[in-house]
Amino acid sequence: MTIDSAARAAAVPDATGHFGRFGGRFAPEALMAALDELTREFETAKNDPAFTAELDDLLANYAGRPSLLTEAKRFGEHAGGARVLLKREDLNHTGSHKINNVLGQALLTRRMGKTRVIAETGAGQHGVATATAAALLGLDCTVYMGEVDTERQALNVARMRMLGAEVIPVRTGSRTLKDACNEAFRDWVASVEDTHYCIGSVMGPHPFPMMVRDFQRIIGVEARRQCLELTGKLPDAVVACVGGGSNAIGMFHAFVPDETVRLYGFEAGGDGVGSGKHAATLVGGSLGVIHGMRTYLLQDDDGQTMETHSISAGLDYPGVGPEHSWLHDSGRAEYREITDAEAMEAFSLLCRTEGIIPAIESAHALAGALKVGKELGPDATIAVCLSGRGDKDMHTAASFFGLMPEGEAQ
Amino acid sequence: MSVKDAYDKARAENRAALVGYLPAGFPTFDGAVEAAKTMVDAGCDVIEIGLPYTDPMMDGPTIQDAVHRALVGGVRVADVFRTVEAVAATGAPTLVMTYWNPVDRHGVGAFARDLASAGGAGLITPDLTPEEGGEWVEAADEHGLDRVFLVALSSTDERIETVTGACRGFVYAASLMGVTGARTAVDTGAPRLVERTREIIDRSGRDLPVGLGLGVGNGAQAAEVAGFADGVIVGSAFIRRLLDAPDLATGLAGVRALTTELAEGVRKGR
Repeated sequence: MTIDSAARAAAVPDATGHFGRFGGRFAPEALMAALDELTREFETAKNDPAFTAELDDLLANYAGRPSLLTEAKRFGEHAGGARVLLKREDLNHTGSHKINNVLGQALLTRRMGKTRVIAETGAGQHGVATATAAALLGLDCTVYMGEVDTERQALNVARMRMLGAEVIPVRTGSRTLKDACNEAFRDWVASVEDTHYCIGSVMGPHPFPMMVRDFQRIIGVEARRQCLELTGKLPDAVVACVGGGSNAIGMFHAFVPDETVRLYGFEAGGDGVGSGKHAATLVGGSLGVIHGMRTYLLQDDDGQTMETHSISAGLDYPGVGPEHSWLHDSGRAEYREITDAEAMEAFSLLCRTEGIIPAIESAHALAGALKVGKELGPDATIAVCLSGRGDKDMHTAASFFGLMPEGEAQ
Repeated sequence: MSVKDAYDKARAENRAALVGYLPAGFPTFDGAVEAAKTMVDAGCDVIEIGLPYTDPMMDGPTIQDAVHRALVGGVRVADVFRTVEAVAATGAPTLVMTYWNPVDRHGVGAFARDLASAGGAGLITPDLTPEEGGEWVEAADEHGLDRVFLVALSSTDERIETVTGACRGFVYAASLMGVTGARTAVDTGAPRLVERTREIIDRSGRDLPVGLGLGVGNGAQAAEVAGFADGVIVGSAFIRRLLDAPDLATGLAGVRALTTELAEGVRKGR
């Protein structure tokens, strides 16, 4: 069973979606009925053996779960000699962890009698996963994507369109992920009767942060078991990148009760938090409300959302899931920044030491693992969520490393 | 005059109240004040001053465009209070319509205090429902401010009861499922929503007017809405007049003409 009783036994959120002082439901009245319906439907579905059996079957025989836990010995030599274990979400169908959540929400969509899904996407991985599940279940699909991101992740735009989804470039605001979220919410307010908004991260109004976590926590459930099988003990540290934070919550959640396991989330430091050009919400943000949730966010003194920067489209977001804010405040997880340059160095290192091309998002976690490994030393075991593969990032990486043939470099 | 007084006055004249929206700082700080004063002068009973916000999740292209220009023009929250002060000085009750984060950031108590001292009448909160509004409900009581929450076509009777129970001044009925912006026709579900809302208010023994907004942009629509609601709320259509004008004077003339047309409309519907 993928959504086991441990998820329900967790202390958070409460019945109204609050993780301590975070989360909740700051949404327009027009969506309240749909959010209530979704909350009820998710509760019923996760206790319905037919639903969980269908989801488990799709995860196993369509997405390819369980994903591998690969030991990265040569990479580990650069991480203070620590033992580095990679949770291979990059090997899932569609190439990232996003499919775990999307299959669950797509089944819920059908269960609610809705015929259309919409999604926001940054790097395009969630958009591709949503388009995939929509094709599989025969749902109409519209994906909103910031215009800046459609340019830097053009391959994923083509993938979504091949899968039959409509991709709408968003030209408002900063033309990145947060603006794609705004546009998806605008669509949803007008279409909620027949449309489900398939939010791609542990963000948004209740029940989304809880529901997406419950669909993603399989990552950590598997990793914990695989680590015990491989090493005979729990890891000393668990590491993930954090944008909205769904792969990180998925990876962390099963380890939260294990007090000896340190949890590290690595945010997009861009040019460095001191430069102001970054997307490190927990490192550099303050408490506020965005996209339906109370959480940390990057804002100015007037509460206006600040422009963010990251080389990684998937982490280029000014908010963060409320459960991360809660883990941050409670001290259970530690959040740090990784700059663009550090992420790209780790990106290159994994390619050359392990023959694995990671997503640039995931490269932030890898760069974090290099630091944590040096701190904890050669006796440590570190489990890293390799949340996605890097095919989509070849253009960005080739430009960054100057690998483009002459005349093609930007 | 309070918002409720303005609605009562309209009711006494056997018409609907006309409520006009404009964001602060658009087209400029002074231009917004001039436009709002023009709206009052030509027949608006209540003014809503929008607080420009970077992520207007519930707004269509027209208001998005206007608030973007206001933000690029450098409008700050302090300017919103100054705008309220200038408009409230006309005697028309002046509300602020705002997404929740700028209020949260300012501090809910401090925002209520500053709004009250600027002469503001209260807040309309499109992304705050009573469930998350506890701090605001208290602050509004402390500073004598109106609380305008929204009901929607999708609201259950239970939710309408909760929302109207928390409102003071009036309740904002969203006429359609969608974002702000003028439409060619008023949604056919709108009269039923107003009727349901009224029944629930009546059962509670309270006297709370129901204003209807979203999509209303001309005199004929205003007359249609005035036939079943206590107030007619217009926003994007005013902004359109200012956006399409070659200069402020032309824009203000357009705003005046539209207000006159709408003011005639709210008197024709009964």
